[in-house]
Amino acid sequence: MKHLLGVDELSREELERILERAESFAEVGRRDIKKVPTLRGRTIVNLFYEASTRTLSSFELAAKRLSADVVSVKSAGSSVDKGESLKDTVATLSAYDPAAIVIRSPHAGAAQLVANWTEASVINAGDGKHEHPTQALLDVFTLRHRLDSLENTSIWIVGDVLHSRVARSCLLAFQKMGARVTLCGPPTLIPRGIEALGCEVSYDLDGLGGADVVYALRMQRERMGESFVPSLREYAARYQIDSRRLGPRQLLMHPGPVNRGVELAPEVIDSPQSLITSQVESGLVVRMAILYELLTGSDRPRADRGPAPADTPTIGQPA
Amino acid sequence: MTVSADGASGVAGAPRLVSRPGAPANLIVRAARLFDPRTGLDVTRDLVIRDGEIAELAEPGGAPEIEGAEAVDGEGLLALPAFVDPHVHLRIPGQEHKEDLETGTRSAAAGGYCAVIAMANTSPPVDSAAVLGSVRERAEREASIPIGFVANVTREMVGTELTEMAELRDAGAIGFSDDGLPIANARVLRRALQYQRLAGGLIALHEEDPDLSAGGVMHEGEVSAALGMAGVPSVSESTMIARDCSLALYEDAPIHVQHLSARASVEEVARAKAAGVRITCEATPHHLTLTDEAVRSLDARFKMNPPLRSEDDRQALIDGLRDGTIDCVATDHAPHAAEEKEVPFEEAAWGVTGLETAFAALYTDLVLPGVLPLEILVARMTCGGEPFGIDAPRLEVGAAANITLIDPELSWTVGEEGYESRSYNNCFADRELTGRVLMTVAAGQVAFRQRSFALGVAS
Repeated sequence: MKHLLGVDELSREELERILERAESFAEVGRRDIKKVPTLRGRTIVNLFYEASTRTLSSFELAAKRLSADVVSVKSAGSSVDKGESLKDTVATLSAYDPAAIVIRSPHAGAAQLVANWTEASVINAGDGKHEHPTQALLDVFTLRHRLDSLENTSIWIVGDVLHSRVARSCLLAFQKMGARVTLCGPPTLIPRGIEALGCEVSYDLDGLGGADVVYALRMQRERMGESFVPSLREYAARYQIDSRRLGPRQLLMHPGPVNRGVELAPEVIDSPQSLITSQVESGLVVRMAILYELLTGSDRPRADRGPAPADTPTIGQPA
Repeated sequence: MTVSADGASGVAGAPRLVSRPGAPANLIVRAARLFDPRTGLDVTRDLVIRDGEIAELAEPGGAPEIEGAEAVDGEGLLALPAFVDPHVHLRIPGQEHKEDLETGTRSAAAGGYCAVIAMANTSPPVDSAAVLGSVRERAEREASIPIGFVANVTREMVGTELTEMAELRDAGAIGFSDDGLPIANARVLRRALQYQRLAGGLIALHEEDPDLSAGGVMHEGEVSAALGMAGVPSVSESTMIARDCSLALYEDAPIHVQHLSARASVEEVARAKAAGVRITCEATPHHLTLTDEAVRSLDARFKMNPPLRSEDDRQALIDGLRDGTIDCVATDHAPHAAEEKEVPFEEAAWGVTGLETAFAALYTDLVLPGVLPLEILVARMTCGGEPFGIDAPRLEVGAAANITLIDPELSWTVGEEGYESRSYNNCFADRELTGRVLMTVAAGQVAFRQRSFALGVAS
């Protein structure tokens, strides 16, 4: 594996390999000295075009635990606002000869483009509403600690599926691990044609009792203004996961950050069924495992840097 | 190229089509297969062009010697009436980094076209006689094939106030269009259709309900759901067509609907035609050969408006082209610079180039597999000017020479030798297509000749 661009292109074997590697890093995390020298001397660039707390901090810490040098470049606006194109920014950062570029972008396909423009391994940390593969991997890792296997489990993903890259990546990852997935939300927030991915669709929570896992999505307040739902109040009345709707044997997940009292009632967030803090813990070890897989996996030799290949972009010059 | 009576010239006498004057061709194409579905011609003959006119269709080997004339070996080649494209973007004025009249017409001639109609969504847009006059002047210096320029329907192309349509028509506007944007306000379009009775000139419509399409970057369907990209639903097009057909019927005004993309749109047009609406419409090579599956690559070369739709939509377009519901093929040739396309899909500019690949793409994907007969393809590619009053070219003695010479067996890789267009955002890039234009004669002048195509001078 050279890049991690999406769950879509991962085989189940590759998924399993990353999860197993993550287990060994979980063991490292229980030691007093949590750092290993694996990536000493390698550089990892985090290129974030969107605000992020947990994904960015988790990638930074994962890289540091592997002894890599880390640079995080954050831009609130898009690259276009700043006047520099993504392609030129990547050319600039590639000049530091990074081993990996971790990119988050508001636009679908950004990670794939970056992969075309750099020698580094590219990790997609979220591209538009398309994919967020590291989130899906850490969610599978978290679930396997509780369920051993996802084979034939029923997982409901509830909320704003339309605007959620987490929903897309989790759907694919859960299915690859053998789970049956139901997407649930108001009809305005379920994309037309999503059933083609092999999932069930429900517009109400009536069948929620059959779920082994309930995965709630963040409901963004700005969706109100666009007439997707009439009010948060009505949304919460129909789709909020509370202690009445969540059975005692069901597990609860959420990618964060949570809107307390909107998609989740406060009491379930802190309930024993909630895996929300475990998800954050898993994030660290799974991202360590991904960096390890991409940067040391399958004895990928680090070629001596000769002259740049002809198709490497240079600044100010179309490639 | 002849222009029919009502379209021949403006009140002030300005011709509708303009190009650079040049030397009329003297040319003999020996033993080519002359194929013109309009006259039912399908014979192997020597085609003799003298002083830019078709002088003779002689028995093979029977062409007279013309002193100084070029002679080319046409054996195994197709000689067709050249194509007319009712919908191209030549980016003049203001966007010369994408295309200009010289590169645009060279690109057209390389695709077998003898005339094109240029859209008015330029910078500034063609919304005044002054701007129209300036682009027509440039065409007289730079265009290697005739160009007809449409002017905007509304001032500054913002959809609120009508342009001085009568004056624009006198100044040579071949028709009117705000293409690139719909005329969202039904009252404004209704006034334009009324005013057309005075001004003349067909109104060509980009049909899209901007409220329904807002935010969308690709066809709404299974692929957009999987990619998480906002969709442009097919009803954003078909509902607008239905609205405008009702207005056209009510005002008894002719309309031309641009770039149909969806089954529902084809059905609206078919219903309107049956109901007596004076409507013509077009479809593009990319909508006829590609679907939204291509967008899974996230390659911005597949981003255009309207978007590539489903296989069912594509089949409806092919059926419509075959049965005549769709009158003509238009490329919607929309050049963009590399930096406008080498960005994430959602941020990329809309549009693809298409002049140089139109025939080959349709010939490869529709004619060779037996989906569409060659005579229908040629008929639909040559009649694009008719809605605007420009007769389709004919292969007959006495007509101005508007001919394209094609090798129907030559396979080539798109983009391998570059493009004549200034831009290379072609959605067929890297594909191997069959059928290559070797030479184009437009309005009696040799406008394009494939570099590798051997020429001889008649002894």
